[in-house]
Amino acid sequence: MSISVNHISKHFGAFSALNNINLDIPEGELVALLGPSGCGKTTLLRIIAGLEQADQGDIFLKGDKVTDKPVKNRQIGFVFQHYALFRHMTVFENVAFGLRVKPRRDRPSNEVITKKVHALLQLVQLDWLHDRYPDQLSGGQRQRIALARALAVEPSVLLMDEPFGALDASVRKDLRQWLRNLHHDLNVTSIFVTHDQEEAMEVASQVVVLNHGRIEQQGSPSDIYDHPVNAFVSRFIGQTNVFDLDEHDADWLQTAGILNPHQEGKIAHVRPHDIIIEKSTTGKAAPATVKDWQHLGALIRLELVKNGVNGSTAHLFAEMPNDQFKELNLNRGDKVDLKIRQAHWFH
Amino acid sequence: MPQSNIMPGFRPAISLTLVYLALIVLIPLSAMLLKSMQLSLDEYWAILTNHRVQASFRVSFGAALIAAAVAAVFGFIIAWSLVRYTFPGKRLFDALIDLPFALPTAVAGIVLATIYEPNGWIGKLVMDNLGIQIAYKPLGIVFALIFIGLPFVVRTIEPVLQELDTAMEEAAASLGATRLQAFLKVILPNILPATITGFALAFARGVGEYGSVIFIAGNMPYISEIVPLLIITKLEQYEYAGATAIGMTMLILSFVLLLLINGLQWWVRRRSGQL
Repeated sequence: MSISVNHISKHFGAFSALNNINLDIPEGELVALLGPSGCGKTTLLRIIAGLEQADQGDIFLKGDKVTDKPVKNRQIGFVFQHYALFRHMTVFENVAFGLRVKPRRDRPSNEVITKKVHALLQLVQLDWLHDRYPDQLSGGQRQRIALARALAVEPSVLLMDEPFGALDASVRKDLRQWLRNLHHDLNVTSIFVTHDQEEAMEVASQVVVLNHGRIEQQGSPSDIYDHPVNAFVSRFIGQTNVFDLDEHDADWLQTAGILNPHQEGKIAHVRPHDIIIEKSTTGKAAPATVKDWQHLGALIRLELVKNGVNGSTAHLFAEMPNDQFKELNLNRGDKVDLKIRQAHWFH
Repeated sequence: MPQSNIMPGFRPAISLTLVYLALIVLIPLSAMLLKSMQLSLDEYWAILTNHRVQASFRVSFGAALIAAAVAAVFGFIIAWSLVRYTFPGKRLFDALIDLPFALPTAVAGIVLATIYEPNGWIGKLVMDNLGIQIAYKPLGIVFALIFIGLPFVVRTIEPVLQELDTAMEEAAASLGATRLQAFLKVILPNILPATITGFALAFARGVGEYGSVIFIAGNMPYISEIVPLLIITKLEQYEYAGATAIGMTMLILSFVLLLLINGLQWWVRRRSGQL
């Protein structure tokens, strides 16, 4: 195990930020700590880095207990949410900092430093900016410089706090892909914190879902998406329609293709793409009406209104490929029949 | 006409600035220049090369420089404590910092002299234990000027420290820097321009300070007589030309020194990428 978190708890006054966290991260993984704001993910990252002390528990990096080691001796690379570049230094000096502050006997010569810094700047594709100051860079450029700076000390683990949080949507998309490739090339064990499930699914090889200071689920992105262990994870990872059987949904669910023998709980979560829509042939008895739709690029998201048996209405979302939507040729107000391919059941 | 600025009023603002500069600064100063030009160059030179005058210049500028330097160091530490730590009575302490701004300087001088004189509360302690006399010596002038200059330093450094991102220090530590390295390589370069500004303000104030100094200095010619006092002395003896000559020289010296400090400031900011 490259990173091992053992029984970590942390309180801020009466607020329990982390509650007995156990986490093992194998060598070479790219792990996302995912959760809503205030779930303790950043605190956990800072405790692993040594920027914050846990009340209880231990941290192991590469098998060494580092719980009492100060951050400067932990051999970690940390990328801060707002980059924390040294604004009084050029890009070159920022990246060189970690090498220049080494004790004299370990410090590389100036030529070695120069060579290494330029190599790192080439790695992040920003060597042409080496004599600029951080204030003269764009957000995406600063982010990459912060990463180069963290990599300069050849950290055994790389920790990133909301690495794409402060960037434009388009820059973020590019950087995600880029980070994935970079991790593939360097293969340094990395953890990043994010509140964006899409980002976690796209970038990480392992996702750890946190809520209220506890780990809800840990697994590969497909594990977590296809087999959420509880309602929170299911709701947090991707969009989902929630049907509570206590609220007279049972009959309707049967007509929509989910049969009682499959029922494994009281609450059913159905992903929008697991709802199949057919134009109603039965006329009045059709269970849903098309209210509106939005283009999401390759997918169309349909907003449907469902009429319950006792006159109650509920909204639900279904998604289908663009082509299929065109074939169906739906209009607002059309009655449709629904079939549910698959549901996740929770109590 | 295309409107490129959001805020109008360039013309009234610049006119007001010029009128203000003329009425409050340029006209009085030119009057002084004119008055000093009543003297021939030889006379001017004779006044300036007078030993007593030269000694007073050394005392004034020397004491102001030392006091500003001390105030810069202590002001930095005080600003640091006020920004980074919480302690009981912090707000009260914060308000106390500004007191020298408001206190009549003569009152400050008298209080300082009473406390630091050889029989005063602190003066006696220092005298008995270290054998150093503070009041009525050049050292007393330095003490008074530190008192006067300190708030300038604290108030210029404080906002900059508040704005300084503590994540930069954490970044330095995560990259393996010791605390000393983090301070010298990360914090200090960011605070230095503000510290120099504070130093310059404290120095400028110290050179011109009169009220508090004359009560604690002892005012011995050649030893602890400051330039402003010498000017007053000349005025009382109706040597108006002599007084303006000294005043003019002081003005030029101060201006050159402040210009140098501003140059240093510019250099530091440029080196640290803030320009």
